[in-house]
This record gives sequence, structure tokens and C-alpha cells, in this order.
Amino acid sequence: MVNVQQALEQKRMTEVRQETPRQPTQGAVAEPASPTAVGIDDLSLWYGHKRALTNVSLSFGERKVSALIGPSGCGKSTLLRSINRMNDLIAGVRIEGRVNYHGINIYDRSVDPVEVRRRIGMVFQKPNPFPKTIYENVAFGAKVNGFKGNMDELVESCLRRAALWDEVKDEYKKKSGLALSGGQQQRLCIARALANQPDVILMDEPCSALDPIATLKIEDLMRELVKDYTIIIVTHNMQQAARVSDYTAFMLTDEHITGQLIEYGPTEELFTTPKDKRTEDYISGRFG
Amino acid sequence: MTRDLFNAELRQIQDDVLALGSMAEKAIMDAMEALRDGDAEWSRKLIGDDSKINSKRFAIEDRASFVIASQQPMATDLRALASVLYIITDLERIADHAEGIARINLLMGEEPLPRKLSYVPAMADRAVAMLRDSLKAYIDHDVDAARQICDADDEVDRLQDSVYDECIKNMIADPSSIQRNTYLIWTAHNLERIADRCTNICERVVYTATGHMDELNVSKY
Repeated sequence: MVNVQQALEQKRMTEVRQETPRQPTQGAVAEPASPTAVGIDDLSLWYGHKRALTNVSLSFGERKVSALIGPSGCGKSTLLRSINRMNDLIAGVRIEGRVNYHGINIYDRSVDPVEVRRRIGMVFQKPNPFPKTIYENVAFGAKVNGFKGNMDELVESCLRRAALWDEVKDEYKKKSGLALSGGQQQRLCIARALANQPDVILMDEPCSALDPIATLKIEDLMRELVKDYTIIIVTHNMQQAARVSDYTAFMLTDEHITGQLIEYGPTEELFTTPKDKRTEDYISGRFG
Repeated sequence: MTRDLFNAELRQIQDDVLALGSMAEKAIMDAMEALRDGDAEWSRKLIGDDSKINSKRFAIEDRASFVIASQQPMATDLRALASVLYIITDLERIADHAEGIARINLLMGEEPLPRKLSYVPAMADRAVAMLRDSLKAYIDHDVDAARQICDADDEVDRLQDSVYDECIKNMIADPSSIQRNTYLIWTAHNLERIADRCTNICERVVYTATGHMDELNVSKY
């Protein structure tokens, strides 16, 4: 079993990260100017006989927020879950193509999926804290992963990074994570993901269960976190994608092709001057 | 096709922009007639009426801002509404230039009739035609027409130079006419600015349709 971190360091030494991003096979696509953190290469996915992704290729830039948008059933959540092998947990899933994480195909047989999920963390639609104290919620993943450092420092650092520390610092060792508000719970889940020291964070509609103020706090947090992390977010809220992301990918399922990438480019361009009429129709609310 | 409410709002705003354009056009024509006829009373009324045009502009701006906030348009829809905010500013300024011509008429006061206005009426005809055509291009989303209209701006510039040359000659020949000819030069300047504002409108027509801001007001003259 290959240790991804070791392999990553080895690759870094050979400057694999400087490689030219692979060109996608479909869609009018602009490559992020920054180095590629995650490169999707001709990815197709089936749930049993049902195809969910068709030849998707795109590169997610390092320390950028990239948003995946599109109508329900377009494959955006499937694509997101493919990036840290969450789909492995579903019976009957078949995958073709590559998901390159700093040049390593995470679907290579020699790659440990648990290590992949440690390096590529995930935050879900509904906040899902454990029924434990705030402290234990953050420390849990680090403990499981054999963290040997100062746990108190790690927990405080993660709560600070998740912009939750000031609100919980007086009782975080006693108070249950479930006693927090929805927005606070989601930030706790982000802190929990950070404790595993990932460098990519996947967010699957992280604000859909939150009120507008809590949503804006998470969005501010994303812009803060992107200084150190690569963030890929699935959202149904186009204004949110426009506000927080640097790059946006529009996906679509039509009568001919399931889960295809239609257009990918800088967010500002995609929302003001989209190149594909289907993107224009979707973002201006003409379908979907 | 969804977004019926948004589409209806956008249509209403476009209708209002056209109405504002008509008010500006009428202001130019009335100001020129009053100047030609030396009708001070009419000019005073036109100056007073400018506030109605300003109010109309602000009402459209309020509505467009509300639609942007409530409907959160994207892409072409967003550009259409952003363009409205610029176009109504240009239309209001066009009306201000018409008001300027009305004020010049008051300054000319006792000048004898019929007044010799040099090429100024021809300039006004061209400027009004540019305004009409640019509003038609706006409604039709006609990028080609918008580009062509801007070519007419060169003709307005040429006429302005002709007015200037003639007025200077008149001043030299008859120094007692300096004041009167200066007013004519001011009038020509107002009309030239009106034509420039029309090219701004055409630039917004192109921007709305294409997403690109092209500088159309580059004189080939």
C-alpha cells in the first residue's frame, strides 16, 4: 500500500506539480492559472448500469475555490465524491478515467483510500457533528489518524481557522457539538475536517441547511481558508458560486449525455459572458 | 421558458427607457424650435419640464435596482439591466443639453428674427436621428445598426466645425455679432454632446448583446 504523503513528497521533488494541466475532452474550458491540485481526466462513472458521469476532464487550481453548478441530476455531487473516493462506498459503482491528486491517480490500486480522504477532506450538506463535546469532535479524526502532537493546540488552531473559536472558547471542552446552532455546527464540521490536515476540502452544498447570516459566515470562511487550502464546492445557489468561487464548472445531463461538463472557466466570465448557450440559459434561470 | 415575472419586469423597464428617450427627443426638437422662433416663454417652460425627465430617469433607476436585487439576474439579463442604468443617464444628460439650448435662447433674448442659425438646425436633425436610431437598435438588440449609427457622429462633428468656422468669420466681419455667434457655437456644442451620448447608448447595445465594451465613439473624421 503506497503512502500518499510519501508519494506526494517524492512527486513534489520531481516538480510534477509544474506539469501542464491536461486539456479536457469536452466543453469550453479555461485552465486555472495556478498549479493543478486535482486533475480530472476523462472521468466516467456508472451506478450499476446507470451512467452518471461522461468523459469529464478539468483541472482544479491549487488554493482556489472552484464551484460545480448545474441542475439536479447533472452529476456534480457524483463528481465531487469521486475526488476523495467516497463513491467507493456505494455498491455497484464503476469508474473509468483518472483523478490525479498532485499527479497521483487516486484510483490506482496501490493508493490507500483512507489516506486519500485524509488529504482530501469533505464537508456535507447537513452539519453532522458527533454527539460528543466540541473538543472531541475536532480531535476525533486526528486521534484516529495517529496524531502525535499537542492535541489542545491542534483543536484550538482548527477552531480558530474555522472562525468558531471566539464563540465556543469558554466551554468547548464541555459543550456538546449538537448544542451549537446550525451554522456553528457546520463550522465545527469544517474544523473537524481541518484537524486531519488536508490540503483539499470538498464541500457538498455546505450552506443549503443554513440561514442567510450563517451562510455568509461560511462563505467568508471559505475565502479565508482558500489562502491555505484548495476548495471545491457543489452548490445550487448560483449567487453563492458567483460570490465565493474563483472558477466555476457548469454540468448538465441532457437527453443524449449524462453528467457532462459543459463549460468551465473563471467565475466572473462564466456568470457575465458564458460561452455556451446552455450555460447562459441555466444561470439566467431559463431552465433547471 | 421560465422567469415570466422577470421577463415582464425587463420589458416594462425597456418600455420606460423608450418613454424617457421620447421625452429627451421632444426636448431637443422643442428647444430648437423655440430657438428658431425666439420664443422665450416656451424655453422657460422647457427648462421647467427638465425636472420631469430627471424624475423619470430616477424612477427607472429605482426599478432597475430593485429588479437586480430581487431577481439576481446573470449574464445577458444582468448586462441588460446594467446597460439600462447607463442608458438612462445618457438620456437624462441629452435632455440636459436640450435644456442648455433653451437657456441659450433666453440669453439671446432680443436678437432679431428670423435668426440665422448656420448649420445648427442640420446638426439638430442629425442628432435627433441618431437618438431615434440608437433607441431602435437598443430595442432590436441590433449590434450592426449600433455600430453604423456611430459613423453618423463624424457628420455631426463636421457640421459643428462648419458652424464654428462660419461664426468666427461672422464675428470678424461684424464684431457686434460676437455675442450672438458665441451663443450659436454653444448651441452647436450642446448638439455635438448629444450625438456623443447617442454613441454611448450604442456602445451599451453592443455590450448587452456581446458582453464586450467596444469604444465606438472613435472619430474617423
